[in-house]
Amino acid sequence: MDTALALHRFQFAFTITFHYLFVQLTLGLGFLIFVLKTVALVKKDEHYNECARFWARIFAVNFALGVVTGIPMEFQFGTNWSRFSRDAGAVIGHTLAMEGLYTFFLESTFLGFMLYGEQMLGRVGHWGASAAVWIGSWMSGYLIVATDAWMQHPTGYRIGAGGKILLTSWWSLIFNEWAVWQFVHTILGGIVTGCFAMAGIGAFYVFLKRSEKYARAFLGVGVTVGLIAAILVAFPTGDTQGKLVARNQPIKLAAMEGHFTTEPSSAIAILGQPDVNAHKLDNPFMVPGVLSFIVHGNWTKEVKGLTDYPRDLWPDNIPLLYYAFHIMVGLGTVFIGVLSLCALQLWRGKLAETKLLLWALVLLMPLPYVANTAGWMTAEMGRQPWIIYGLMRTADGVSPHVSSGSALFTLLGFLGIYTLLFMLGLFLIWRILEQGPEHVVEAGE
Amino acid sequence: MLPIIWFCIVAVMVAIYVVLDGFDLGAGIVQLCVARTAAERRLVLKSIGPVWDGNEVWLLAGGGALYFAFPALYASAFSGFYLPLMMVLWLLILRGIAIEFRNQISNALWTPFWDVVFALASGLLAIFFGAALGNVVRGVPLDANHEFFLPLWTNFLPGKDAGILDWYTVLVGLFAFFTLALHGALWVNLKTEGELQQRARRVARVAWAAVAAFTLIVTIASFSIQPHLAASFAALPLGFVFPILALAGLAGSITFLLRRKDGSAFLASCLYIVGMLTSVVFGVFPSVLPSNGDPNFSLTVANASAPDYGLGVGIAWFLPGIVLVAAYFTFVYRKFSGKVSLEGGGH
Ligand code: HDD
Ligand code: HEM
Ligand code: HEM
Repeated sequence: MDTALALHRFQFAFTITFHYLFVQLTLGLGFLIFVLKTVALVKKDEHYNECARFWARIFAVNFALGVVTGIPMEFQFGTNWSRFSRDAGAVIGHTLAMEGLYTFFLESTFLGFMLYGEQMLGRVGHWGASAAVWIGSWMSGYLIVATDAWMQHPTGYRIGAGGKILLTSWWSLIFNEWAVWQFVHTILGGIVTGCFAMAGIGAFYVFLKRSEKYARAFLGVGVTVGLIAAILVAFPTGDTQGKLVARNQPIKLAAMEGHFTTEPSSAIAILGQPDVNAHKLDNPFMVPGVLSFIVHGNWTKEVKGLTDYPRDLWPDNIPLLYYAFHIMVGLGTVFIGVLSLCALQLWRGKLAETKLLLWALVLLMPLPYVANTAGWMTAEMGRQPWIIYGLMRTADGVSPHVSSGSALFTLLGFLGIYTLLFMLGLFLIWRILEQGPEHVVEAGE
Repeated sequence: MLPIIWFCIVAVMVAIYVVLDGFDLGAGIVQLCVARTAAERRLVLKSIGPVWDGNEVWLLAGGGALYFAFPALYASAFSGFYLPLMMVLWLLILRGIAIEFRNQISNALWTPFWDVVFALASGLLAIFFGAALGNVVRGVPLDANHEFFLPLWTNFLPGKDAGILDWYTVLVGLFAFFTLALHGALWVNLKTEGELQQRARRVARVAWAAVAAFTLIVTIASFSIQPHLAASFAALPLGFVFPILALAGLAGSITFLLRRKDGSAFLASCLYIVGMLTSVVFGVFPSVLPSNGDPNFSLTVANASAPDYGLGVGIAWFLPGIVLVAAYFTFVYRKFSGKVSLEGGGH
């Protein structure tokens, strides 16, 4: 691969992954804050309002980082992927422009009211502001996921003069089957992140023996909502995503499963290291027939292996793709297990005394981030060598006149600035945690 | 027809961006001069706190509209101006962080640090945006594929091998700096009281003098560098309404400022900015990015636009969207109207 292309890809991957760190918490917390506000309104219980106020402080820091890292994403379509933009902009420009018009304005308007407008708007008005922020962030997620879904599974287009891709059906761009499933799965992934943050911080306060009233509420909401989301993320949404991939992108499926050779009844790999040159998994632990069942609903129907496809259509980093996918699914299973145990103890009223589970909640806090990132790596690296699946190769989408020197310079710039942002974000959120919910509630902010 | 409608929509959105984000950038430019104490600086921030992000979204929404309606222009301009655009991004990041994080902690190191970051980033952004506009007027070395790449600078002469910065584009950059400084000072004047307001008035008067001088110099320079401007106005004299609006705004802003009609002075400055931008757009039309070599390589409304089907559907989602946006903006600006004070939470 030529250096400039590699640098452009790395820069895009790095900046979007970084953006997504903040976005996933926004998607989850925005919803959870809305849930807290709703409980407060319905039960007329001021305690939940105070919880919401505390989480809104954390939300604000996270949101600011999400906003400033989102702007480069929009620009990079033009700066780094100009050929892609020139030929496909008339299609995906729709979803991107709608995102600006319909969701960023909504979010940026009501975030201020959600953070500082409690007195100004009154109880119901303030609840409405939190609903607007939540809906805005999910709509934003939908429109951008629809953009990505079109690149994974293009629909409603035809090829015009000069290779330009022309939209023929706006509806099939917006309601692409791929987009709908991808959106639900992604949102659930965000909720899982938000719930682990909430429950983990609840457990953290239990250990510190402070803010216990808040800690219980955090544990309760985090674990309950988290368990529901963790189950739904695996089934039906993750399962359906897998079937969509099998139907539309069979090479990606074979690569992410580490499935090299076609057999009548295909086994699924639970463990093993792909050896791309030898076309096999080293040290495998396989369960017979399961891959056939997941893909076809039939234990003995064959699933094609990678070696049945031309080598130049294979994704270029199969081991990483395979590990990313297995990490996501493995973590998904762990989340369901841990949250089920927590929920059991919660219903028996004993979660706050079960030290082992509280430790698990604290330590698992970063792992939903890993699962979400691994999921996107699966989706995006598995799409290679295409930037638009089956239509345009990544190598043909890059800006031809931006040299590798320029790309390296800006990549280093992003690495530097984002490191600073990351440290600032951690520092500020740590401070809010240390001051604790009482401080935030008394400060009246 | 549809490409022209979208051309107007994008131009209006960009103009709204410059007017709205212009005053918060301007507030950043003048804040260190008008506000002496940490409390005064916080007041300046509070005057833009609830609205700056919404204002900046016009850049994204306008950019999005440009992307979808004129993909070839977006692709060519963004990759051609690669380096300065990346720097714009970094400045936007630093500025957003400065505004949002400054009041997370109050101590004698943290707050002044972010105040300076905010001021520097605001000032540099104004200069970069101005220089970008200068590049559009001067033209860029487009090839037969309508692509180009510009180095940051070469010999500072606006000839065939010009870089992004030459004496002309730097001049336009400074012009933008003073224009937004005036705009921001008039906003601070409108939103504050007492000594802070007095200082804002003084700064506004100085900035006005600079803007008036630059208007004259940059106009002369532009007409001599880009002959197409004169040709456009000669072909359709109706176009003179745009510069006339700008001059009315320029005169109005100083008149109202001296008479202490703060709201009108600010509106006059909005009019000035819109007048100047529309004059440029009118002068360059039908090009959207002129070539400074072979004129056949210029990007125009016709050869850069998306096909009609998409543009038509776009109108259908654009209209309800823009009505909603107008409603949000009315709501926010009403709720946060009046002078700012240090009471209550927020920036
Ligand atoms: C907390 C996060 C999380 C968890 C626990 C899971 N996922 Fe996931 N997954 C995502 C978060 C995510 C994601 C980040 O949201 C992705 C990236 C792209 C997408 O559509 O969603 C994703 C992608 C993704 C894809 C690739 C889609 C494509 O190639 O376009 C598949 C097949 C699955 N997931 C399936 C699963 C299964 C079967 C899981 C079982 C436990 C699972 N995911 C758990
Ligand atoms: C939903 C909106 C998204 C869009 C429109 C999008 C689009 C793109 C584009 C244009 C590229 C560069 C070309 C390429 O290498 O294929 C890319 C690559 C990549 N993206 Fe995404 N992306 C989106 C979301 C994400 C998210 C949220 C993540 C991660 C958290 C992600 C991870 C990656 C990675 C890892 C690559 C590099 C793949 C490689 O080069 O092998 N993407 N994506
Ligand atoms: C390449 C793809 C992407 C682009 C071009 C993009 C663009 C942007 C921009 C410009 C902003 C700032 C908005 C503002 O100023 O208010 C933003 C924020 C946001 N984006 Fe993205 N984004 C991308 C990927 C994603 C993905 C994959 C998701 C979710 C699935 C997402 C969800 C959000 C949300 C919820 C926000 C609100 C701010 C926050 O969360 O902190 N974005 N994005």
